[in-house]
Amino acid sequence: MTMTSPTHTAPVKLAPAPKGSAPRRPSRFRMGAGQQMRGGPFAYVALAVVGFGSLLPLYWTLVAASRTQDEVLASTPPFLPGGKLLENVETAWEQANLGKAILNSVIVSSSITLATLFFCTLAGYAFAKMRFRGRGWLMTAVIATLTIPPQLSVVPLFMMMSGLGWGGQLESVIFPTLVSAFGVFFMRQYLIEALPYELIEAARIDGANNLRIVVSVVLPVARPAMMVLGMLTFVQAWNDFFWPYLALNQQNPTLQVALGQLSASYTPDQSIVMAGALISTLPLLVVFVVFGKKIVGGIMSGAVKG
Amino acid sequence: MATSTPTRDAYVPPPRQPQKEPPSERRQLWRSRLWRFDDKASPYAYIAPFFLVFGAFGLYPLLYTGWIALHRVEMTGLDSMEWVGWENFDKILHDPEFWTSVSNTFLIGVISTVPQLLVALGLAHLLNYRLRASTFWRTIILTPYATSVASAALVFALVFRADGGLLNWAIGLVGFDDVNWSNGHWTSKIAISVIVIWRWTGYNALIYLAAMQAVPNDLYEAASLDGASRWQQFRKVTIPSLRPTILFTIVISTIGSMQLFGEPLLLEGGALGATGGNENQYETLSIYLYNYGWNLGHLGPAAAVAWAMLALLLIIAAANWFIGRFVRKSAV
Repeated sequence: MTMTSPTHTAPVKLAPAPKGSAPRRPSRFRMGAGQQMRGGPFAYVALAVVGFGSLLPLYWTLVAASRTQDEVLASTPPFLPGGKLLENVETAWEQANLGKAILNSVIVSSSITLATLFFCTLAGYAFAKMRFRGRGWLMTAVIATLTIPPQLSVVPLFMMMSGLGWGGQLESVIFPTLVSAFGVFFMRQYLIEALPYELIEAARIDGANNLRIVVSVVLPVARPAMMVLGMLTFVQAWNDFFWPYLALNQQNPTLQVALGQLSASYTPDQSIVMAGALISTLPLLVVFVVFGKKIVGGIMSGAVKG
Repeated sequence: MATSTPTRDAYVPPPRQPQKEPPSERRQLWRSRLWRFDDKASPYAYIAPFFLVFGAFGLYPLLYTGWIALHRVEMTGLDSMEWVGWENFDKILHDPEFWTSVSNTFLIGVISTVPQLLVALGLAHLLNYRLRASTFWRTIILTPYATSVASAALVFALVFRADGGLLNWAIGLVGFDDVNWSNGHWTSKIAISVIVIWRWTGYNALIYLAAMQAVPNDLYEAASLDGASRWQQFRKVTIPSLRPTILFTIVISTIGSMQLFGEPLLLEGGALGATGGNENQYETLSIYLYNYGWNLGHLGPAAAVAWAMLALLLIIAAANWFIGRFVRKSAV
């Protein structure tokens, strides 16, 4: 019975469970009690209904993006994609500055992701494995910042950015998001479990200083968690709307800002708006199809300890 | 810091002859001092970036908001601030539209958070069974999380359209009349809540699922030995074990619903989005702030709205805390 070690603090389980381990662990996720029960037909039907509801709006985006507005708004809407996709994409591309928007989104999301990974791994390691005065309440402070909505600081932030000469520039979106409290917490949770003190001690005895330990011990151990955090951060940065919408303008938008302006500026053609929505969603859907398993595992592991 | 040892060597003439004596005492002292400094300073150096960035772009603006709220600042001339005292607060507190947006935010928050978390709980319970292709199901219910607010809001705007909307077509099949979703007071709030629920239910379900899998088996075994049915086990074992997680998701969803911006802004698009409908029927606090600051260009009242949001947040936090305490006490 004591074999079931508490998964409570267990962070990302990225390595597949060893073959031939306990029989009630058929998947790589730890099994709780409920999973000893096989799901009946009802479970599958219910999940299929929810899954259908999850995917329907995405499918409807594709249908609307590949039809004309008249077809989409007809009294009996179409159910299959039409042949107007390229045409609509082209129009959206011209109307909404999408080329620039895609480039901007890539720049913003990748620089935020890289910076977050770097800073959060360092901070997570310090909070997980180093002893220093004030560690407890500083960690509490990090978590407390999670509860502050961005709305509370956008007015002065906007003024600051214009004062710095970053008004309407990508810097104004990148800099406030260089670190994330969630990221620090996530890396800390992972490293507490995944990085044994013995490894650090061994490096220390070999004469490594702290920086050296980070580079040759912490980073290799943290890599799986960094991948997951990287994907989560990228998704979030790519989809961020509120602050970019206030900080950027039509000449220099990210994809989400361009999309918002496409629908808000004049009476929009719905098919063209949907073409824009499709362009902005498609890259992430691809990421989801490829890395879905890891993202699911990452969300589950990051959130266990509320 | 640590690299200064080799640089120091460069200044000392390199000892060509084999060393006869161990490193001088001075050098050893220096070395151990360096180690101690490295040990003491490194953790602070590693966490410093977080606090520096947060201080500069989070905490400082948050406090500065309070100062701006007492001034007249216009979008057209960001450099000139004129002291007006409590005028901005006076203005928004006497604006019926402000109170409409407070109650809208609250109502939309309730009708999006409560069903969302209940469905997520049920969904997590289903996913916790032994299932074929469990990863497939988990990924499917999480896909809405990959969609941005903007894309989601725009698709649902199409679904909820009064004429030619997918939903009205569907309820027409069943024999009901068309509903003007975005014009009604309740229907528009429901429409916005549906967007929120669609995007976040799967995410919350996975959080609950992770917590469910951490519940020790022994508890269920003991419960079933005592003759508890599965429903009783769910109520008496699963839910109590999940209580911290549930509280966590309530806090996170509440804070999230305070921030609703893209969904109402893009529900109808155009000028109506920026005022939250022709009767402000779905105007949230964020929209109200945006409208004052970025549409009308008055940043002072916008900053005052930010402080009103902070006050509301504190009230909600206090309520959460009291409810949490009450639940804990009544459970004992």
